Amino acid sequence: MSRNIAIKKHANHQSLTSQLAKALFQAFLSPLYGRLIMLIILAGLWQGTAWLVNSSDFPSLLIVLESFIYHFYQGDMLVNLSVTLSRVLISFIIALILGVIIGILMGTSKRLNQLSDTLLIIALNIPALVTILLCYIWFGLVESAAITAVVINKIPTVVVMIREGARVVDQDLLSVAKIYQLSLSKTFFKVFLPQLYPYIMASARAGLSLIWKIVLVVELLGRSDGVGFALNTLFQFFDIAGILAYTFAFISIVLVIEHLIFRPLDKLITRGRHCD
Amino acid sequence: MIELDIAIKDKYYPNSSSVVLKDVQFSVKSGEFIAIIGPSGCGKTTLLNMLSGLEDASEQKLLYNSKSFNNSKEHQLGYVFQQPRLMPWLTVKENLQLVLPSTQHQIIETLLSQVGLANKGSFYPKQLSGGMQRRVAIARAFAVNPDLILLDEPFNSLDVPTAAKLRLLLVNLCKSRGSTVIFVTHDLSEAVYLADRIIFMGNSPSSIIHQETIELPKPRQESGSAELAWQAKLMAQYPQILAGSVN
Repeated sequence: MSRNIAIKKHANHQSLTSQLAKALFQAFLSPLYGRLIMLIILAGLWQGTAWLVNSSDFPSLLIVLESFIYHFYQGDMLVNLSVTLSRVLISFIIALILGVIIGILMGTSKRLNQLSDTLLIIALNIPALVTILLCYIWFGLVESAAITAVVINKIPTVVVMIREGARVVDQDLLSVAKIYQLSLSKTFFKVFLPQLYPYIMASARAGLSLIWKIVLVVELLGRSDGVGFALNTLFQFFDIAGILAYTFAFISIVLVIEHLIFRPLDKLITRGRHCD
Repeated sequence: MIELDIAIKDKYYPNSSSVVLKDVQFSVKSGEFIAIIGPSGCGKTTLLNMLSGLEDASEQKLLYNSKSFNNSKEHQLGYVFQQPRLMPWLTVKENLQLVLPSTQHQIIETLLSQVGLANKGSFYPKQLSGGMQRRVAIARAFAVNPDLILLDEPFNSLDVPTAAKLRLLLVNLCKSRGSTVIFVTHDLSEAVYLADRIIFMGNSPSSIIHQETIELPKPRQESGSAELAWQAKLMAQYPQILAGSVN
């Protein structure tokens, strides 16, 4: 009898465990909970490693959080973040507009593409640091030099993506525009450009992540404000918790931009293309 | 409505020295429904592309109402391609708005009702079946009130009932508007059901091998006895005509 009860309890326990595992697995599969669980696992791993290493070179999550609160309320974090963000935004918009225009021209004109292809490869392979240093030397340690350096670094990657998109534009759809004698602006904005939206979106996403990294180097080398400047200062004091706190702050902003701007925009521009 | 006089000397394949069309010459009367039949690869689509201005030949004479055609605003074309070629990012209604000036947007609802898509205006092409997408393409072609409508095997790869429904729709639209139509097909019974005259083309380099006016009264029956008899008579006279030969 007692053996039977034990077997039943064991079976119940097993079924509870499997149910829990199943529930966790399902939660893991759902996009929102999945992401949240991944973050919690990452945080747990970090905290555990910090506890094991037990060194000031590897601060725990709690120490980083304390540092974040300190810099946020008592330091210049908000000012530095807003300065960096404005530089990122200006560079991003300029690089995207110029990159899209040049990419379209190169993608649609074989002759122009042949002429400027080598230039593009050179531009793609010039180290970001070289451009930044040259801009500071030629234009001085001024804001416009910083922005120019970031824009020059970013434009080639946008051009490459947009050029590929412009090359594979569906000629059949353009022939519809020709048959029905659509105006040039209607053909461009309603038939041609929508085909490039996925490429523009991809280069915008890749652009944001690349630009903010370059902006930090630009700030570190030649500006007296911004996240890059703050990181340099923290580095001189070996304030690792502070460095990580700043990193988190900026990554959080990028995540907010992704969720509030990029995803809704993505949904808008891909409407009609994925509704099987 | 429009009359056409077409004379094409030599049309080469793009970036090639092989000839696709050679000495193609025919006229189309105003309001006439012409079907063009020929074997695969004989240049039927190329011919339509030339008539629409999408392609041209080194020596060609395309006269629309005795004036040369240069794809100007003077002649409005409607073209139903083999594939519907709708903009996937625009709804059905927006696809029709695209080809119309803003002053004529009110005709869209009527047009959608005529093609049986009155409640599908806000749908994206991918949300529609293949048959529905082709109906939108037909509605788009008729929306611009064209002088000439070109149709390139528009009912290809559709199931039989859907194709029959769309043929009937085309007949009704052409009848109500008196349009001049050039219709490419490889289906003789479809041509007999729709056309006033059939132009048969030969193998590449292709030219016109035969023309036949269909004297049967309209409206016709799909697979009606008179229509079948007409086809049988033609096939008895030219057994290889659909393969591109009259010998």
